[in-house]
Amino acid sequence: MTDLLAARSQMAISLMFHILFAIVGMAMPVLMVVSEALWLRTGREVYRDLTRRWARGTAILFAVGAVSGTVLSFELGLLWPKFMEHAGAIIGMPFSLEGFAFFTEAIFLGIYLYGWDRVPPRAHWWAGVVVAVSGGLSAVFVVAANAWMNTPAGFDLVDGKMESIDPVAAMWSPAAFPEALHMLLAAYAAVGFAVAGIHAFVLLRHPGDPFHRAALAIALWVGGPAALLQPLSGDVLARMVADTQPAKLAALEGQFETRKGAPLRIGGLPDPESGTTRWAIEIPYGLSLLAHHDPQATIVGLNDIPRENWPNPVIVHLSFQVMIACGMAMALLAVAAGFLAWRRRGMPVQRWLLRSLVLASPLGVLGIEAGWFVTELGRQPWIIQGVMRTRDALTPMPGLAVPLATITLVYLALGVIVIVLLRRHVISTVPSKERGPVEVPV
Amino acid sequence: MAALALLAALVIVAALDLYAVSGGADYGGGVWDLLARGPRAERQRELISHAIGPIWEANHVWLILAIVVLFTGFPPAFARITTILHVPLFLMLLGIVARGAAFSFRSYGSPRGEAQRHWGRLFAAASLATPLLLGMILGAVAAGTVPAEATSAEVFLTSWWGLFPLSVGLYALVMFAFLAAVYLTVEADDEDLREDFRRRALGSGLLLGVLAAAVLAVAGLRVPELLEELIRAPWSWCLHALTAAAALGTLFALWSRRYRLARIGAVLQVSLIIWGWAFSQYPHLIEPDLTLWEAAAPAITLKLLLGALAAGVVLLVPSFVYLFRVFGKISSEEP
Repeated sequence: MTDLLAARSQMAISLMFHILFAIVGMAMPVLMVVSEALWLRTGREVYRDLTRRWARGTAILFAVGAVSGTVLSFELGLLWPKFMEHAGAIIGMPFSLEGFAFFTEAIFLGIYLYGWDRVPPRAHWWAGVVVAVSGGLSAVFVVAANAWMNTPAGFDLVDGKMESIDPVAAMWSPAAFPEALHMLLAAYAAVGFAVAGIHAFVLLRHPGDPFHRAALAIALWVGGPAALLQPLSGDVLARMVADTQPAKLAALEGQFETRKGAPLRIGGLPDPESGTTRWAIEIPYGLSLLAHHDPQATIVGLNDIPRENWPNPVIVHLSFQVMIACGMAMALLAVAAGFLAWRRRGMPVQRWLLRSLVLASPLGVLGIEAGWFVTELGRQPWIIQGVMRTRDALTPMPGLAVPLATITLVYLALGVIVIVLLRRHVISTVPSKERGPVEVPV
Repeated sequence: MAALALLAALVIVAALDLYAVSGGADYGGGVWDLLARGPRAERQRELISHAIGPIWEANHVWLILAIVVLFTGFPPAFARITTILHVPLFLMLLGIVARGAAFSFRSYGSPRGEAQRHWGRLFAAASLATPLLLGMILGAVAAGTVPAEATSAEVFLTSWWGLFPLSVGLYALVMFAFLAAVYLTVEADDEDLREDFRRRALGSGLLLGVLAAAVLAVAGLRVPELLEELIRAPWSWCLHALTAAAALGTLFALWSRRYRLARIGAVLQVSLIIWGWAFSQYPHLIEPDLTLWEAAAPAITLKLLLGALAAGVVLLVPSFVYLFRVFGKISSEEP
C-alpha cells in the first residue's frame, strides 16, 4: 500500500466514523425538543420518558463524536500538512466558527443532560433548542470548508500560489449552500429513519406500546419531511456540480462521451477501458434535463477530460447509485407513511409498514456514507479542485500504514462497544408505565 | 499587521492556558483515579468522576481552539509541527480517544462489572500518557529540535524523543495532577475525602517544585539557549518570582486548609508557568527560527479570525456562566 493510499484511507475511515456521530448530534436534539415540547404541552409522561431515553443515547454518541472530531482536526495536519499550509489562512474561518458552534452545543447539552432537576422546564426546553440549532450550525460551517475544496473561491492564483485572499468569499463558495442544505436534510432524514426503525422493531413485538408509538410518530415527523425535501436539494446540488465540476458529474453519471441531450443512467457499470457504461437503464435526455434544466444541454464526458484528472468513475458512479436508491426508498416510505397517517388520522401501525421501516432503518446512514464517497472521490485527483493535487498535500512521514491500521482497529472496537452500550441502555430498556423499566442483560 | 499576529499568538497561549487549567485537571483526575488508595478509594473515584461529569470532553475545545487559531493564523507553523511531530501527536490523539471513550463507557456500564475495572484502567492509563505526550510535544517545540524540513526518516523520532521533552512531559503530568487534587479539595463534600486530596495536593505541589528545578537543570545540559532565554530579560526574573510566590502561597493555603484560596493560587501558578514559557519563546512560534511574524497569515485572515473570536467570546461567556451557575460551581470569591 502506498503512503498516499494509506493516508486517504485513514482520512476516509475517520470521516466515515465521525459522520455517524455528527449526524446524531445534529438530528437527535431536534427529536428530543419535539418530544419535550409535547411533554410540556400535554403532560403525558410517556413524552418525558421518551425525551430522557433519547437524551441518554445521545449523550453516549455525542461524546464519541466530540472525540472523533478532535481527532479529525489534527489529522488534517498530520496527513495533509501542505494542504493546511496553503489553505489554512483561507478556510480557517469556518473551522473557527464551527469550534464555537460545537462549544455552544456542548455547554447546552451538558445543561440539557444533567439539568433536568436544576433548571425550570421551559429553560430546559430552550437549552435543547440551542443544542439543536448549534448542532446544525456546526454542520453548515464544516461543510462550508469542504465546499471550498470542491469549488475554491476567494483568492487569485498567481504562479500556483493563492494570493489576495478573501476568507469570506471562500466561505460562501458556490458549493457551500447546496452542500450544507443537502447535509442537513440528510442528517434529519437518516437519524429520523434510523430511530423510526428501532422503535418499529419493538412495536412489532409489543404492538400498541404507547412509548414506542409516540417515539415512532416523532421520528417519522422529523425524518419523513426531510426525506421528501431531499430530492429537491439534490437537484440544486447536482446543477452546481454540473456548472463547476464537469469531471465529477461525468464520473457520477458514467458519461464518457461529450454530447447534447445526455441520458440519465440508472444502475450500470462504467468501464473506463472501453469508455462505456454497460447494463444501465437509460432515460433519454434525463441527465441534460436534470443538470441544466434543458433537454438539449451539452454534458462534457470523461473522454474530453485529461486522463490524469479523472476521478475513479466506477466507485463514484456506484456510490452515486447507492445514494440515490437509499434516498428514493426513504422518500417513498415517507409518502406511504404520510398517506396512511392521513387516512387514519393518527399513527399508522400496519405491520408491513413497520417491517419496511425496520428494513429502511440503515438506509439513510448508508446513503450519507455513499454520498460522501461521491463528493470526495469525485473530486480526486484534487484536494483543492484544479489548484492542488491530493498527492502534493501528503505528509513526508513514512509508514503511514501503521496509523491507518491503528485507527481502523480503534474505531472498530469503539463501534462495537457503542452498539453494546446502546443496546444495554437505550434500546432494550422499555420504560413503559405498566411494566417499569426492564433491564435485559447483554 | 504585527499587532494582529501578536494578538493571535496570545490567543493560542490563552487557549493552552485554559486547556491546562480545565482539561488538564480532567487528566489529573485520571491520575488520582489510578492512585486511589485506602478505605475511601471508591469514594475518591466517584468524586473524580462526578467532577469531570457535567462537561466531560467539552474541555478539549480549548485544545481545538489553539489548533484552529494556529492553522488559520500561522499555517506554516501548524504544517511544520504536524509534519515533524506526527508520531507523538498521533499517540496523543489515541490517548484522547481512549480516555474519552473509557470514561463514558465506565459511567454508563453496569455498576459493578469486571468490564468496569478494565475501563477504569484504560481511563487511568490514557490519563497518564496523554499529558506526558502533550508536554513532550511542547518541549520539542521549545527545544528547537523541530526542523523546517524532514531531511531523514529519523527526524520523526529524534525531534521529540529526548531527555528534555521527557522532563517537560513529566512536569506537565505532575502539574495536571496537582491542579486536579487542589480542585477536588473544594469539590469534596466531606472532611475525610477533603483531607485525602489535601495530602495529595500538598505532595504533588512539592513534587512540582522539585521537577521545575529538574527541568531547568536538564535544559541547562541539553538546550542551554533555552535556559538562557528563560533567564535573559529582567522581567523574566519578575515572572519567575511571581510564579514561586504563587506556588508557595498555594501550598500555604492548602496547609492552612483555605481550599478556595488554594484553588485560585493553583490556577494562577499554572497560568504563570505557561505564560512564562510563552514569553521566553517570544518571538518564536517554533524554536529556533520560525517567528510569529514569518508564520503569520495575511492581515485579512487575522482580522476576521480575531473578529470571530471576539464574537464567539461574547456568545460563550454568558453560556459558560450559565452552565456553572446551574451546576453551582462558581463561588463568590471567583471573578
